[in-house]
Amino acid sequence: MKSLVLSISLALISLFGTLTAVQAQEPLRIIIDEGVIEPLPFAAPSFQPESAEAGQLAAEVTRVVAEDLIGTGLFREISPGAFISTVSDFNAPVQYADWKAINAQALITGAVNVSGNTLNVKFRLYDVFSGAELGSGLQFAGTTEGWRRMAHKVADAVYSRITGESGYFDSRVVYVSETGPKDKRLKRLAVMDYDGANVQYLTDSGAIVLAPRFSPSGDRVLYTSYESGFPRIYVLDIGSVQRRVLESADGTMSFAPRFSPAGQTVVFSLSQGGNTDIYTMDVATGQSTRLTKTPAIETAPSYSPDGARIVFESDRSGTQQLYVMPASGGEAQRISFGEGRYGTPVWSPRGDLIAFTKQNKGRFHIGVMRVDGSQERLLTSSFLDEGPTWAPNGRVIMFARETQGAGGSSSLYSVDITGRNLRPVRTPEGGSDPSWSPLQP
Amino acid sequence: MNRILTSSLLIATLAMTACTNAGRFGSQEAGAAGTSAPANGGIVPGSANDPRSTAFFQQSIGDRVLFEVDQSSLTPQGRATLDGQSTWLMTNVEYTAVIEGHADEQGTREYNLALGARRANAAREYLISKGVPADRMRVVSYGKERPIEICSQEACYAKNRRAVTVLAGGLTS
Repeated sequence: MKSLVLSISLALISLFGTLTAVQAQEPLRIIIDEGVIEPLPFAAPSFQPESAEAGQLAAEVTRVVAEDLIGTGLFREISPGAFISTVSDFNAPVQYADWKAINAQALITGAVNVSGNTLNVKFRLYDVFSGAELGSGLQFAGTTEGWRRMAHKVADAVYSRITGESGYFDSRVVYVSETGPKDKRLKRLAVMDYDGANVQYLTDSGAIVLAPRFSPSGDRVLYTSYESGFPRIYVLDIGSVQRRVLESADGTMSFAPRFSPAGQTVVFSLSQGGNTDIYTMDVATGQSTRLTKTPAIETAPSYSPDGARIVFESDRSGTQQLYVMPASGGEAQRISFGEGRYGTPVWSPRGDLIAFTKQNKGRFHIGVMRVDGSQERLLTSSFLDEGPTWAPNGRVIMFARETQGAGGSSSLYSVDITGRNLRPVRTPEGGSDPSWSPLQP
Repeated sequence: MNRILTSSLLIATLAMTACTNAGRFGSQEAGAAGTSAPANGGIVPGSANDPRSTAFFQQSIGDRVLFEVDQSSLTPQGRATLDGQSTWLMTNVEYTAVIEGHADEQGTREYNLALGARRANAAREYLISKGVPADRMRVVSYGKERPIEICSQEACYAKNRRAVTVLAGGLTS
């Protein structure tokens, strides 16, 4: 049982090494070779419906749990067609031998109860080869309408118990939904579950909107809109869809906003007289402070999770590079020294890495580096990849990829920080500028 | 005769482009004051052969200057165009202008917004240096959000790296 926990967390932690780790002892064998690991096989028999109305939802909840796990690239589902045992009672003892025989290393069982509008989901996780339950059974209660969230919570718990990391499935993504050709593109804000379900539009496409960013509590969004004719920063309440502008002086343009980790301050770029610098603004009082004072372009600021530092891009050296400065301004240290141009840095929620967009020799890349600039690692490569955002657990990055040419369009992708598991994120229209929410409460 | 035909065709095409630009602000470029002047000598007020019209400014003066890759300094050709703009703007004092800065798609969104701001400002500063009052001109950057050419080649990129002087008859007289 311990080995199950330890070996996958080893896999996740040893991200930067090229390492072949073969667990000597059965049951688990996890091989990491140049970032490729063998996914862990699990079985998830359809959750038991405990009430007459629960039949359909039980199957759907099971499916979403399995898809969450498979989507990480760390797990592989064993087809129910291969099952020897059936699970007909959530509380009955597990026939470990039957699951061992089909090489299911983890077994997830569950039960679903619907009563009126109320939904209860229970689950248990078993380490088949150790012949023991991993953690104790958990139960989530909610509304039938919110059934996907409960499935995500089950999957988060399973992921967390097996990897030793917190999960990221019960989270949302705010992004820019795009339609139309490049020269007549229409953009509007949208919010969705992390897996592309439950899309809701937050603005119309009457004005260009750019780069929405979640507040630390996930209830508000900062974004840039041209609705006044000039780029201005707005803050929008997701629940009420009410918005207000953050005032800025006439003749200026403001963009690239992000909340501080405490949510009371916004850091952003302001252009005046052709010069773009970084400022902060107190959201309540509107009081702003200038942090950089150079003739260079300084933009795309992002706080460290402790709020003490800000990473940003500047072309003060002649080309776009990444810098870190104290959150109150002051001397900045350059951290990017590789070939090419670096932009859109985003500090990982774990504090250990900075994700960025790199432009080199006509290609764009999403990459990560340590906070001191060491151990740069490029995760993607295409005609145009940009704008990384971190999953709440700091293990996965979502970004936008624009295709080349007159018919080019933008869509969302995710990749894990080893560079594995590059996948499209399905959205009803094109998508750009994703921002991942914290894990929902 | 031949020459006249050719140039009015050109005007018609380019005027369409200009309309889309101005429309984004919800402002009306057609609102040029003085268009009520009698149409003498066959000049249709507001048309491209009315030297006080927006269409004339766009076609005969030139409403845009282009930039090199990742640059915001004016080219000799750009300065010549802006010389013409400054003379025209000082004659036609009823117009205000918004100077739009744009970038091609080779760059990140935020950087391109800042780069477009530099380009628009470079054009504005030059016009101020030639005597156009600062309070008649505002700047806005669209970054890479509003290309006019959509191919992913230098031929298109070169036209997208631009600062466009968009007129408004803002001072309605």
